[in-house]
Amino acid sequence: MADDRDREGTEIAVAEFHKKIKDAFEVFDHESNNTVDVREIGTIIRSLGCCPSEGELHDLIAEVEEEEPTGYIRFEKFLPVMTEVLLERRYRPIPEDTLHRAFEVLDPAKRGFLSKEELIKHMTGEGEPFSQEEMEEMLSAAIDPESNSIHYKDYITMMVIDEN
Amino acid sequence: MGSGTSTQHHFAFQNAEKAFKAAVLIQRWYRRYMARLEMRRHCTWSIFQSIEYAGQQDQVKLHNFFSYLVDHFTPNNHNERDFLNRMFTEERSPQDSEMENCRDYESIEVPDSYTGPRLSFPLLPDHATALVEAFRVKQRLHARYVLNLLYEARKHLVQLPNINRVSTCYSEEITVCGDLHGQLDDLIFIFYKNGLPSPERAYVFNGDFVDRGKDSVEILMVLFAFMLVYPKEFHLNRGNHEDHMVNLRYGFTKEVMHKYKTHGKKILKLLQDVFCWLPLATLVDEKVLILHGGVSDMTDLEFLAKLDRHKIVSTMRCKTRKEDKKQAEEKGKANQTSSAGTPSPWFLPQSHSLPTSPLCPSTQKAHRAGRSSSVPCRVPLDPKELSHWVRHSVDLELEKCRQQAGFPEIKEKEEPLPLASEADPEAEGRREPTQEEWRQVVDILWSDPMAQEGCKANTIRGGGCYFGPNVTERLLQKYNLQFLIRSHECKPEGYEFCHSRKVLTIFSASNYYEVGSNRGAYVKLGPALSPHIVQFQANKATHTLTMRQRISRVGESALRALREKLFAHSSDLLVEFKKRDKDKTGLITLSDWAAAVESVLHLGLPWRMLRPQLVSSLTDNKLEYKSWLKNLAKEQFSHENIQSSLLEALYRNRSNLETIFRIIDSDHSGFISLDEFRQTWKLFSSHMNIDVTDDCICDLARSIDFNKDGHIDINEFLEAFRLVEQSCSKGYASDCQATNTNNSDCSSPDIH
Repeated sequence: MADDRDREGTEIAVAEFHKKIKDAFEVFDHESNNTVDVREIGTIIRSLGCCPSEGELHDLIAEVEEEEPTGYIRFEKFLPVMTEVLLERRYRPIPEDTLHRAFEVLDPAKRGFLSKEELIKHMTGEGEPFSQEEMEEMLSAAIDPESNSIHYKDYITMMVIDEN
Repeated sequence: MGSGTSTQHHFAFQNAEKAFKAAVLIQRWYRRYMARLEMRRHCTWSIFQSIEYAGQQDQVKLHNFFSYLVDHFTPNNHNERDFLNRMFTEERSPQDSEMENCRDYESIEVPDSYTGPRLSFPLLPDHATALVEAFRVKQRLHARYVLNLLYEARKHLVQLPNINRVSTCYSEEITVCGDLHGQLDDLIFIFYKNGLPSPERAYVFNGDFVDRGKDSVEILMVLFAFMLVYPKEFHLNRGNHEDHMVNLRYGFTKEVMHKYKTHGKKILKLLQDVFCWLPLATLVDEKVLILHGGVSDMTDLEFLAKLDRHKIVSTMRCKTRKEDKKQAEEKGKANQTSSAGTPSPWFLPQSHSLPTSPLCPSTQKAHRAGRSSSVPCRVPLDPKELSHWVRHSVDLELEKCRQQAGFPEIKEKEEPLPLASEADPEAEGRREPTQEEWRQVVDILWSDPMAQEGCKANTIRGGGCYFGPNVTERLLQKYNLQFLIRSHECKPEGYEFCHSRKVLTIFSASNYYEVGSNRGAYVKLGPALSPHIVQFQANKATHTLTMRQRISRVGESALRALREKLFAHSSDLLVEFKKRDKDKTGLITLSDWAAAVESVLHLGLPWRMLRPQLVSSLTDNKLEYKSWLKNLAKEQFSHENIQSSLLEALYRNRSNLETIFRIIDSDHSGFISLDEFRQTWKLFSSHMNIDVTDDCICDLARSIDFNKDGHIDINEFLEAFRLVEQSCSKGYASDCQATNTNNSDCSSPDIH
């Protein structure tokens, strides 16, 4: 009995996920032929609530690509993979305090801020480096022009409010 | 032992590893944030586009409805005939003899106090430049000079062929610009950045100079001035907005009447003619074809080159030459039998703005074997054939509408009573285009490219078609062309290549939907005609905004427009919600919400993606729809009791209403009589399926600042409804009483 209810619950969840995934996919399906450019897959996956790293994203793309990559991802392949991701709650978003601690790691002196140069060094030199465009965009919003630094606690708060 | 060093190394390594991991975390999080922003940007774009196109469809439907009325309605008395007649007198393009009357601009005095630019003809380059400068500092050109310039422009345009041939061997460069839509700042910016027109610097402006923006008049003046000064180097193409019927809805008519109160009507009349004389396309070096919309699989450049473009007054409505009556009758009978199970007629009032094809597919197949798709917005069947078909299935429905509209019962007739001016078929033949001529022009001005192969009706816009890469390829090969430049569609980057770079869309009105919504662009054709794109955004403010701020600003604007649309369909939405709430819990799932909303609005938007911005509170993952609808209304009016279906209907049909009024007000005086107001209202409400009593209408009229001389200032009337929103939100809640259409005692809003 419990199993049946569980299964039913999962079925409903799956149906919901399917619709969500379809909606997000369609936004980028410019030719209305159930394909999207592979370069948009990251945006789609992330807007569905997931927060994969670039590496994880590449793995996902490999799963949904054709044997001979065409530059396009088909919905038929994307749907089951993405549904699994959502069901398994993979690539969960990062909680605020975890994010804060990450910034603190880069700010060992615990000043509460990072200088512009430090931020650039870390974001473009380490991890999964930002492109120049990404870096510029982050700087434009994050840097306090007077001190030329990013007060990360405030920055995080602002971005989180923005999202909602 | 080196344990110390190795420990140091160990720590150092650990720290580096931690920093690495921290960096990854931050980057991961940031990329997700940006992705969500990107998604929002795309959704916002969809909202704006779908609302824009829905408006265009409405426009088409409205005109189709009137067209049908004119062709089939038999007015029983003088007043009614006049009433309908008046709506379409504007269709008649002035005869050449009438054009001479336009020289009477010479009699217009320019007062000494006038400090604006003065023009003398023939124009010199300096005059044109001075004009640009004058407009830049917000001066206004006197009506006399406007008329004079238009008159001279017309003289020049008449000499041009339909397809203007341009050669780059004389000018060193040629720049092509797309839609400007009354945005003078963009034009000035282009001239500033690219340089003013000159014998060495040729320009082609690809249509849609007017409507929507606030400086359409000034743009036209500048463009015509340069055209006169550099006739060999400065070229204009007609766009779908160079059309007096479209102008009624999209703001140009209003702008002219507002800026030129005394002579506006004359200006509009002359413009109507000038627009018809604009060339349809420009061909550069026999290699690059520039036209406003696109092409269809039936596009025939030779045919287009030969037709009399002046006969196509408006692409919105086509009174075409009637076929031989006998032939038509035969065809009609044939169609009757073939179209079993006829779909519902397109012209009858529908509660949704769905892009149902204005054609009945079965009749189309039977009738138009040769043509694959390109569809004009109006039914291609001869009105005679249509009337046969219609009579078979919908007379009753139509009767009901007519009765509602207060027109007396129509007796069965074999053919519609011709309106007075149609009496002479020969004269008519001279002035009216054929079906094929009209269709070819509509295709050029209204079509959009699509990614799939083929050619199908452009039901989103209601006119022209969607053409695929194979259509482009075939056309380019047939006429030995290199590529196609077109405009007509707003693009986020101001331009877009498609069809393997054989089609370039160029759009020059930046910030078209909203500040920050898109860039503008122009294209320069260099040696070998290779295209070089230049982008711009004529608003300094946007440069200082971050992408985040820009997107959220534009997004807010789009959402506001969307919420207004949702509110305007409250009643229909409620019906759909209730359908999905069989147990009457007052709650529905988000899935049902999305389905219901789409089924009413038909905007094709990703509702689930938009949901967080449209639905804020959920109970147990379900939505309490009644209070959601109430909140929507509250946003619009900040008043609890607005359940007014009348107000809602007005909101929904605001631009239709405005358009109808402007059509009625054929002399553009801004006034219509109370009687006309009542007739208009009845027509309107029967078309829009609103149930409003006569008393309500009278009250409505009276509550507007209604002169005793029996005239209504339509501008005041329209403003009143915008004011309702503002005054209500300012807290005059008591003034805004709900108009309860169920009661005969109707208290209309106190509008001031």
